Amino acid sequence: MSSIALAGNVSSVAAFHRRSEDRTAWLLAAPAIVLLLLFVLLPVAAVIFLGFTDFELGYGKFRLVGFENYAHLITDRTFRKSLWNTSVYTAIVAPVSIILGLGVALLIEGEPRARGFFRTVYFLPVASLIVAMATVWQYLFHPTIGPINELLALVGIPGPNWLGASNTVLYSLSIIGVWQSVGFNMVLFLAGLTAIPRELYAAAHVDGAKSALDRFFLVTWPMLGPTTLFVVTISITNAVKVFETVKMLTDGGPNKASEVLLFTIYQEGFVYLRVGYASAMTVVFLAILVVLMLLQYRVLDRRVHYT
Amino acid sequence: MTSLPAGRIIRFALLSLGALMILAPYIFMISTAGKTQSDIFTSSLSLIPEHFYFAENFAKALAKVPMATLLWNGVIVCGLIFFFQVLVAIPCAYAMAKLKFRAARLMMVLVMLGLLVPIHATALPLYVAFDRMSLLNSYTSLVAPFTISVFAIFMFLQFFRAMPDDLIHAARLDGMSELGIVARVIVPNAWPAVTAFAIFSVVAHWNDLYWPLIVVSKQAYATPPLGLMYFRAAEAGDDYGALMAATMIITLPLVVAFLFAQKRFVEGITMTGLKG
Repeated sequence: MSSIALAGNVSSVAAFHRRSEDRTAWLLAAPAIVLLLLFVLLPVAAVIFLGFTDFELGYGKFRLVGFENYAHLITDRTFRKSLWNTSVYTAIVAPVSIILGLGVALLIEGEPRARGFFRTVYFLPVASLIVAMATVWQYLFHPTIGPINELLALVGIPGPNWLGASNTVLYSLSIIGVWQSVGFNMVLFLAGLTAIPRELYAAAHVDGAKSALDRFFLVTWPMLGPTTLFVVTISITNAVKVFETVKMLTDGGPNKASEVLLFTIYQEGFVYLRVGYASAMTVVFLAILVVLMLLQYRVLDRRVHYT
Repeated sequence: MTSLPAGRIIRFALLSLGALMILAPYIFMISTAGKTQSDIFTSSLSLIPEHFYFAENFAKALAKVPMATLLWNGVIVCGLIFFFQVLVAIPCAYAMAKLKFRAARLMMVLVMLGLLVPIHATALPLYVAFDRMSLLNSYTSLVAPFTISVFAIFMFLQFFRAMPDDLIHAARLDGMSELGIVARVIVPNAWPAVTAFAIFSVVAHWNDLYWPLIVVSKQAYATPPLGLMYFRAAEAGDDYGALMAATMIITLPLVVAFLFAQKRFVEGITMTGLKG
């Protein structure tokens, strides 16, 4: 009898503790929850709502227009151009910087000396102000006084007007993009490489994987799977978000040849102040990010975890 | 090692060639910052300036750009952002990791959603709101949207989960309050995660152009990237000597910090990167 009473007492004390702990937890998390609502959830909801309006900054009134903005987007040549350019830029920068990043990581991993030096050098662009380095690239790419074209002239090749011609501007920006992100990918791959147990290579050797290439495909590549997946997603996301170099060097030109998604949104929303229309574009941008994330999870689900 | 010396030579050559390409912009930046206008136009390939013009170019850059203001704004904005991010994220992550928190799952969903949403997606309504409150051109508008970092919550959460519970139980038996535990037990032990996050956060916000460009239109509140953009627009981009000098001054703080705390930088980026 008394033992039952005691048990009841204990459980009510435990319940009390749990409740007080829950309350403390709420208090500790409260600032984060409030700010999350204020600066993430509400603005996202607002952007989706504004996408259905003709809101313009400076005008007091606005009305709901349904899917008019989205219908307009489909036929908007600037927006289509911008989506296309962003895709081309991403299709160049993401794969090239991933392959180069992996290549450099493998080379550095195999090089016992000067490893620290090379790692520092390749990582330097990540720690540099991209806006500042963009102006340096503008000088390097200068059609008449730029070092790149002078170098080309030395071997008798007439250099193009890199950032100034509509058929080369996107590639020039891609070169800067690759230069900027190789080091970042390298560091991620290096971390993935050091996590691979040495014994696996020895085992592969015993199993007959004699050449370095065999060992790469038998051990390194599969073991790097999770790292590679992460690098791929983050590279694509970062490439889709290209803005700084475009704003700094080309302003979307010449002739909209370097108009990219974030730049178009910026122009519509903050220069022409057509907030409603720019919101609809932002929703498209968000949708792209969501799709990328879902793809990552799908691949992740199907892949085996090696850890 | 069984690999042939030839293999090593090729490897070394490849790495050096790549390194040279990565370094080329820096080399030309330093070289051009020391050249006169005529030098720049006649001999862009000679790396050593004919007449050493460093002092003049730097003087010009410093005279035309309020460099001290820019750097100060950069430090203030990054410092405040980091301070609030940690202040908000650590207690929240602690509650999610170590307390019986019924909303922990819901919080986790919110955090994962938050990870997906960059400032570019929330900028429009935030701009309209700041405009209505006449808060454009202020430190508040530069800092406020970043005071919540779901990334920080996520990172600290991973870190706290790995911390032993005994530490917290012992502190509770000593009669410490939960807030006291966070301040005196969790924070000192979370130092590696805090430094890693500091580097991630400072690099991201020191480099950010998008948001400052939107909310700031006055020199007085310009951050380093914005200031450089103003300077370039004012100079019409043809005085490359002064432009490179300005570029050097603005790039230097973070690069020097990186060279000194290299290991921490790489750790910070990989830690935040791989867990993201």
